[in-house]
Amino acid sequence: MTGLKELMQPHRIAMMLVFAALVIWCAVSLRWDWIPQYAPLALEGLWATIWILAVSTFLGFLLAVPLGLAQAVGPWYLSIPARTFCTIIRGTPLLLQIWLLYYGLGSLFPQFPWIRSSELWPYLRQAWPYAVLALTLSYAGYEGEVMRGAFSGVAKGQLEAAKSFGMPRFTMFRRIWLPQAVRNVLPTLGGETILQLKATPLVATITVVEIYAVSSRVRADTFIVYEPLLLLALVYMAIAGVIALVFRRLERG
Amino acid sequence: MTGLFEFLGLGASAELLSLSGWGGNLLRGLANSLQIAFGAFGLGLVIGLFGAYGKLYGGKVTRDLLAIYTTVIRAVPELVLILILYYVGSDIINKVSEGLGGGRVEINGVAAGIWVLGVVQGAYATEVLRGAINAVPAGQIEAAKSYGMPGLMIMRRVTIPAMMSFAVPGLANLWLIATKDTALLAVVGFNELTLETRQAASSTRAYFTFFLAAGFLYLMVTLCSGAVFARVEKWARRGQPSLKGGTS
Repeated sequence: MTGLKELMQPHRIAMMLVFAALVIWCAVSLRWDWIPQYAPLALEGLWATIWILAVSTFLGFLLAVPLGLAQAVGPWYLSIPARTFCTIIRGTPLLLQIWLLYYGLGSLFPQFPWIRSSELWPYLRQAWPYAVLALTLSYAGYEGEVMRGAFSGVAKGQLEAAKSFGMPRFTMFRRIWLPQAVRNVLPTLGGETILQLKATPLVATITVVEIYAVSSRVRADTFIVYEPLLLLALVYMAIAGVIALVFRRLERG
Repeated sequence: MTGLFEFLGLGASAELLSLSGWGGNLLRGLANSLQIAFGAFGLGLVIGLFGAYGKLYGGKVTRDLLAIYTTVIRAVPELVLILILYYVGSDIINKVSEGLGGGRVEINGVAAGIWVLGVVQGAYATEVLRGAINAVPAGQIEAAKSYGMPGLMIMRRVTIPAMMSFAVPGLANLWLIATKDTALLAVVGFNELTLETRQAASSTRAYFTFFLAAGFLYLMVTLCSGAVFARVEKWARRGQPSLKGGTS
């Protein structure tokens, strides 16, 4: 953290004044009169961004643990599929994956009558399940690779000590292996979660209404170009800052 | 060959993907994507080199400005940056053109893509190269200085060759990000591989065929560049003791 004294150097004060002037100029001379009209929609969009991010990172992490474990210590019939999955996810653009799932599966499902008559159909007709699925798989693919390194990086002596205590394998995993591995990669996970946040606007292309989609709509409705985009960038920076803070807390605690 | 496809029930897919069908469009899209990725990666390297030098040896103001640049670019989604930079770029060019007495200019898609992705790549490249230059032992650069080498010559003869082995893994990652980020240009309507794929898919309704084919193309690019960068890294490490098999 930068102290107050460090912040109070002459050139920094001058830069802050320039920056403040820029903000005031933005507030006065740019158009912000659309905000009240779109505020409720924007809040909804913000909420959608946050829950899609939270759900997909959580599920993705749950999926990444077995993927990492299979690659680190699994037998070949588990490690090869896991590695293939990670390579494919990491080797193709997320936008393509999202479109493959949404348009591909979306055009496949209606052909089966039993899917159409099932209870899940009302959900499968919407876009968000595909968005969450695509983001979850993507996060799992990147994190599987990270967890592979984490699992093989845990000191062997600790596992041997646990074994010599007669700990069952699952208890050993839960109490020693997983906590140590997660602790080692927390900084990486923080960075990856910010990357995941930056991937969320892609789901706007399949009609999910999140904060990016709201800004596009403002642009399309009012022909105001820069203001919604600048505000959007600020919102994303704020969320990224919160994520960084949360992970710093986790690392310390 | 054709018989094999028929046997596997892929006859229709093979016909759709043939060069006279939509396959040619996909390959054209791939060529566009690669062109932009190359350009953006190169522009990013140039920005990154200057940025890294500015961050390491620049004055206070330069350093703070560069810190703002790298932080902001890395915290805002690429899609949002692409839109902002796209509009800013076309506005500036149009203003200049009107100022010179010309009319509105139609902006070349490839140039716009390179400009937009290059600025984004520059921020990441700055950090990669700064780390790599920092990893070069200071004594080597001091030795070069004490011989009276001018700054540019030190950069060309000492810093860049010595930092290469530290920078290559990071740069390989950046190149992969560049190839995948070209897909985002589909959103601003540029005809690269992903958009071509979507157009082909929606006009033939064969979504799986085309998206899987495009995924295969991207994967091939990734895997081939992985092999190339492994060679480059070996070359950059030449003469250095191997990290593997040491006494650790």
